[in-house]
Amino acid sequence: MTKSELIEALAKQQPYLALKDVELAVKCLVEQMNQALSSGERIEIRGFGSFSLHLRAPRIGRNPKTGETVALSKKYVPHFKPGKELRDRVDALREKHDIAD
Amino acid sequence: MALTKADFAEKLFEELGLNKREAKEMVELFFEEIKAALETGEQVKISGFGKFELRDKSSRPGRNPKTGEEIPITARRVVTFRAGQKLKARVEAYAGTQ
Repeated sequence: MTKSELIEALAKQQPYLALKDVELAVKCLVEQMNQALSSGERIEIRGFGSFSLHLRAPRIGRNPKTGETVALSKKYVPHFKPGKELRDRVDALREKHDIAD
Repeated sequence: MALTKADFAEKLFEELGLNKREAKEMVELFFEEIKAALETGEQVKISGFGKFELRDKSSRPGRNPKTGEEIPITARRVVTFRAGQKLKARVEAYAGTQ
């Protein structure tokens, strides 16, 4: 499922909203999530999961092409922990549905 | 303070002028729709954010870390999230609190 398919599915369930409004709403939600995470704020959605940042310690890296060492400073990476409902639902139907894009 | 569904709904109300009921419903449906897709084996790619992927794990031996007792971990399907380039870059630019 892509973002545009998600928008269409949402629009079908909210017939009183124009497709354009659903599109704007999804854009707004995505931007809020990006905004929160890039300012270090956690996101907690009951039944879905939580997003937070994980710290990657500074390390000495290596350019695989030249073998040159490079000092890499600490950085944060986004992390998602699925909530219980999502975990259970995804696992419950695994025998019925193959994984698809 | 973590961001919650109520914060998302408030923003939809403020920025898009959805009424409070519509805003709340939109937020609920947004996450429910993603869950429903994943539940039926469909991976979900939100461009500009990231991709929710599914993985089938085979069973493996596990251990109760407290008692040391061996317990098999059953085969299961799990959800993983891979942040997109844009989100990764924005988060990397975050210097942290200290």
